[in-house]
Amino acid sequence: MSHIQALLDAIGLGAVYGLMAVGIGLVFGVLRLVNFAYGQVIMLAAYMLVFTTGWPDVASILVAVLMAVFASLVMERVAFRRLRTSSPATMLVATFAISYLLQNLALLRYTYHSRPVGDSVGTLAGLINAVQIGSLHIRWITFVAIGTGLVSFTLLALLLKRTTIGLQMRAAAADFRTARLLGVRADTVIMTAVAISGVLAALAAVILAVSSTVVTYQTGLSETILVLVGVVVGGIDRLLSATLGGFAIGFATSFVGAELPNQGTTPFTSNQYLPSVIYIGVIVVLLLRPAGLFARRGQAPVERV
Amino acid sequence: MAETLLELAGLEVRYGGVAAVRDVSLQIAQGELVGLIGPNGAGKSTTLHAIMGVLPASSGDVLLRGRSLRGLKPETISRAGIALVPEGRRIYADFTVEETLRLGLVGRRDRDGAEADLAWIRELFPVIEEFRDRQAGTLSGGQQQQLAIARGLAAGPEVLLLDEPSLGLSPKLVDVVFEALTEIAKRGVAVLLVEQRAQRTVALADRTYVLSNGEIRMTLSPKDAGDTERIVSAYFA
Repeated sequence: MSHIQALLDAIGLGAVYGLMAVGIGLVFGVLRLVNFAYGQVIMLAAYMLVFTTGWPDVASILVAVLMAVFASLVMERVAFRRLRTSSPATMLVATFAISYLLQNLALLRYTYHSRPVGDSVGTLAGLINAVQIGSLHIRWITFVAIGTGLVSFTLLALLLKRTTIGLQMRAAAADFRTARLLGVRADTVIMTAVAISGVLAALAAVILAVSSTVVTYQTGLSETILVLVGVVVGGIDRLLSATLGGFAIGFATSFVGAELPNQGTTPFTSNQYLPSVIYIGVIVVLLLRPAGLFARRGQAPVERV
Repeated sequence: MAETLLELAGLEVRYGGVAAVRDVSLQIAQGELVGLIGPNGAGKSTTLHAIMGVLPASSGDVLLRGRSLRGLKPETISRAGIALVPEGRRIYADFTVEETLRLGLVGRRDRDGAEADLAWIRELFPVIEEFRDRQAGTLSGGQQQQLAIARGLAAGPEVLLLDEPSLGLSPKLVDVVFEALTEIAKRGVAVLLVEQRAQRTVALADRTYVLSNGEIRMTLSPKDAGDTERIVSAYFA
């Protein structure tokens, strides 16, 4: 039965990473920008839960969402828009700079007052309790993560398929130059994609912060690195393959972590094995399918504008 | 005399130090079909890109109903009433035919008349109605070209620019496309057709400009269509 437990936990983490992958993939689609600072949007949203301690949960989450959207739009306006015609390397380095700037600003919160790093989160505290189903102990937050993932993916698919702005976003992601010739407004499409990615970052932030019960200046950082790896492994140039890649890396991390031998002393514990196993898997996938694990057959490795 | 919709006034476009298009002046009135032919590299596509704001004009002007379009973004120009059917069609392979038309509607200034335009487009290109739920990427080259023109028309443009719509099409499909262009002009749209098929274009268009080395060398009328020598001499002037 412990395998089923591991499986459900893995789906839960996969769903959160999938949300992040969609957020990263949407922005990549319209800007050809790999946003390394996505983790800090998550961090900012997570801090909003800390700052609104004592507020009703719904209000806290709403503030987190507003903060993530606001921070994303500011990043777009101040940095990404000016770099739109720059090389992918320039844009990536710029997002590194934003990422470290925000992390260090957050770190000041602790160093300035010489207090230990980390703030505890009380929002939705009931969700870390487990529900017992037979011999399984599943935390409520796992169900919330899976449900949030399913609802978000469905809404986004409807948005992209049924609405005019969705059509424009798809067109812009596939061929921005032609889209503009058809009257698609570049700024509107980019700001919409960035705002949606902000909402998804906030959802991921709430789930991550509630599960770990703590927020630090590094919240969202390691998750973003893993999701970026997952997105590349899945195939970054299509939203579906990027999302599946994000889900797969979350799923693999959780599942492999649970299944690896956990007895004995370092280095023979799962914590020590996990990154090696995951990255060996990543290397094998990239060697065998350079265009991405979920890329369409015959598709060439992605070429950038 | 029909109203002049699009006017190029002494248009010059430079790539670095080289002028790809020099002192191009022409006018297209409502309902006119005007051809622009010339050898490869003559500056035909560059002219279209300058009209659409993809390339900046270094001097001269592009005017729509007398209003300058200089410095405007491509999406603004598209929404002002000029549609481009780009070279190579640039169809979104993942979109269905219906979605492609809906995307075309984005360029409209207002929704008034959208349904009437779509009905007319479906009549003009029956293939659009027949394959409405098919993915555009699975259509044949000729069908994709018709879809690309339909997408441009869905924006309800006053001016339609076409960049080599006959490229890679069988003679029979070229007939279909060229007949459609006549119909489009009849509806009052000003059509500027850039083509490699010189003789057919000269025969079809109300008048045809020959562009060579970035400059307009000659203006031909349909009666010149049989005069191969004159067309060839214009190319190498």
